[in-house]
Amino acid sequence: MLTLLFDGIAYGMLLFILAVGLAVTMGLMNFINLAHGAFAMAGGYITVLLMQRLNVPFLVCLPLAFLGSALLGAVLERTLYRPLYHKPHLDQVLFSIGLVFMAVAGVDYFIGSTQQIVQLPEWLKGRTELGSDGWMLGMGHYRLFIVAVCAALTVALQYLLTRTRFGSQLRASVDDQRVAAGMGINVNIVFLSTFAVGSGLAGLGGALGAEVLGLDPSFPLKFMVYFLIVVAVGGTSSITGPLLAALLLGIADVAGKYYIPKLGAFIVYSLMIAILIWRPQGLFVRKGGK
Amino acid sequence: MSAQSSLLNSSRFKAWEPVLWLLAFAAPALSPSHALIINEIAIVALFAVSLDLILGYTGIVSLGHAAFFGLGGYVAALFAKLVMPDPLVGLAVGMLAATLLGALASFTVMRGSDLTRLMVTLGVGLILLELANKLDWLTGGADGLQGVVMGPLLGRFEFDLTGQTAAYYSLTVLLLLFLLLRRVVHSPFGATLMAIRDNRLRAMAIGIPVNARLAASYTLAAAVAGAAGALMTQTTGFASLDLFEFHRSADVMLILVIGGTGWLYGGVAGAIVFKLMQDAISSITPQYWTFWIGLFLVVLVLVGRERLLRPWTWFKRPSGGGKA
Amino acid sequence: MSTTLNDTATVLSAQGMVMRFGGITATNNVTLNIRKGARHALIGPNGAGKTTLINLLTGVLTPTEGRITLEGQDITRLAPNQRVRRGMVRTFQINQLFDSLTPLQTLALVVSQHHGLGLKWWQALGRNRQVAERCEQLLAQFHLTEVMNQQTRVLAYGKRRLLEIAIALACEPRVLLLDEPVAGVPAGEREELLQTVAALPADVSILLIEHDMDLVFSFANFMTVLVNGTLLTEGTPEQIAGDPQVKAVYLGHGEEATHG
Repeated sequence: MLTLLFDGIAYGMLLFILAVGLAVTMGLMNFINLAHGAFAMAGGYITVLLMQRLNVPFLVCLPLAFLGSALLGAVLERTLYRPLYHKPHLDQVLFSIGLVFMAVAGVDYFIGSTQQIVQLPEWLKGRTELGSDGWMLGMGHYRLFIVAVCAALTVALQYLLTRTRFGSQLRASVDDQRVAAGMGINVNIVFLSTFAVGSGLAGLGGALGAEVLGLDPSFPLKFMVYFLIVVAVGGTSSITGPLLAALLLGIADVAGKYYIPKLGAFIVYSLMIAILIWRPQGLFVRKGGK
Repeated sequence: MSAQSSLLNSSRFKAWEPVLWLLAFAAPALSPSHALIINEIAIVALFAVSLDLILGYTGIVSLGHAAFFGLGGYVAALFAKLVMPDPLVGLAVGMLAATLLGALASFTVMRGSDLTRLMVTLGVGLILLELANKLDWLTGGADGLQGVVMGPLLGRFEFDLTGQTAAYYSLTVLLLLFLLLRRVVHSPFGATLMAIRDNRLRAMAIGIPVNARLAASYTLAAAVAGAAGALMTQTTGFASLDLFEFHRSADVMLILVIGGTGWLYGGVAGAIVFKLMQDAISSITPQYWTFWIGLFLVVLVLVGRERLLRPWTWFKRPSGGGKA
Repeated sequence: MSTTLNDTATVLSAQGMVMRFGGITATNNVTLNIRKGARHALIGPNGAGKTTLINLLTGVLTPTEGRITLEGQDITRLAPNQRVRRGMVRTFQINQLFDSLTPLQTLALVVSQHHGLGLKWWQALGRNRQVAERCEQLLAQFHLTEVMNQQTRVLAYGKRRLLEIAIALACEPRVLLLDEPVAGVPAGEREELLQTVAALPADVSILLIEHDMDLVFSFANFMTVLVNGTLLTEGTPEQIAGDPQVKAVYLGHGEEATHG
């Protein structure tokens, strides 16, 4: 059971890194971006291709995945997303679905639809076991690595948001765009960099997750629901909300699939619907928040 | 023009409407080799029109409308296999099942923002998909339900391989339900739906019981979507998980958007355009249809939805108007 | 709390209203009684909580504490749309209209809803003679006849404002809550609006929120002053105009209360 908990936490942290960019951009730009998963997929494929074709070591691929996805995000934000910020949500949904379709078909065409295998470096394979019998905690080293990296990123994000000037500009823009602009904050730059970082994080998550979640062209569609759950349940007014939601989701999913495999994902969806009906603004939103 | 005649004007039948329907009904006879695709177009049109009721007229953005389509389809197929093969009874039963699900699911769309509603409708769709997948002893799981054989329609018209009966069956159901919905959207009830769509706060402030109307609209749309699903499985002879897939919900939204939301005929127009496009493009690049659809969506939104059917506006700068 | 004399009967009573959001007390133990046929004005500086009070009365906000009675019946728990059906109708400070509908369609919809036709799904919106005639009346009364077939979103602001009030009237209110009805209306069109407000039937009880002191003093026979969510004082316009506390509040905010 402890192992399950650990696996759930690892999964949850991974989901958090994947989805946090979406949560922030939704809160900031009020833009429903269903294509967020495509950036994650990009990071995953960048990693896989670099490792397979150019023999780049795994650890080096990770920051490259981040940068690649961030760059892609920045370009798309400036060219395609920006004109659409004030469009109705339906249009945003249609647009981002269109992007996903293009990404999925594009990857399928250029790379093929087979599952990509990630060869982890030796020191990340293997497993440590603590305790015994019912209280045994089995920790795969790779999952430990994921938890460590994601935890570090979370701390860094929190620091960025609360202790830096950029962070306060971002928070001001989220609270009230017009006032922020009136105060001299370059809202366009804030949007661009936030979107880029969010996409970069998704890419990093995709790279990290390729081994655990699988990687094929249908990745954005398969996991889109999970990202949206994290955002909808966790709310868009903080990053602790999505963090808790992601952890909850990770544990629920892992435990659900283990204890009641017949019902599997069914539990997750029902739980989500129940939560959203009970608290439409998300579980962890501060009172009076968005 | 007096107030009354102005009001009645919008609900009057325009001259081109009967012409359109006559052409639609003549088509299977004039072009028998196309009966199968006409059947498909009619079914998809019905599905899209049902979405228009909640999306175009009530303002509920749903990504899970396929839940009702699929349920209607599976129930009708199972009814034919397990109880009796009469198509009309099966249709009614399929619609009933979808209506019940719609009534139940309508609670999920009453509260929350657009994102919340997107999520819950998506969630409901996915749950139905999971259920169909997991209950494979009933639904055939990933293999689907094969061999759904229908009895003769009205006791006389056999469903044959030419698809003529199927096409006329679907067209008739489409016409009848379309006329029903047409009445609804032009009625005071329909007007209250549009009020809820435009300004929910004000709708409440003039005495409209918003939640009750949302439930009614959603349930009715579910019933019609269920009818479309039932037609689908009855005329094609099998039911598969594909009926519940996200693709279905996304495609029907696209179809409605192509044709235009909020005027009912958008579903019909969109279905025709979409199916013909799909046929044409699939014969060129069968595998990468999704790519072109995706590209179309992206361009459509960037250019502006309202300009799709007005080519002369494609190259003008958008004016400052838009949403007031 | 009821009286037996018709002309002083209280038609709407809000007692001990308290509204707290997190750490802020927007409404602090306010008691407001509106008499039948009143021309009652609610004034106060910006941020005094006037609109919050209206939101509490109409049910858009649920009070932290307090009780509301309408014509003797407790409506504290009633949903907003049910209060409207009992005759309490409001207008909004910022126009809340149905942009894609025309004024005619909007009024037809409201009148139909009010006549209990809201559930009729098989009959066209314009079929009912009475509804159509009432719409014509309202359109004429609010000078909207020329624009009755244009989409609301293309109308000029003044016309939109008139429609905003017309919608409320179409609900046949017994108690009407007007939230800054002439706000933002260009000087040329204010007269139209003011005359229409002044011409409302005598048995309709009206609560008016307004900053324009000319309008307030010419319209009201009773005034309540709200400051920082608290009731400062109440009285006839003469009493209020002469009240030193009120003068202090308004002079402190750069406005004058020396009218009438």
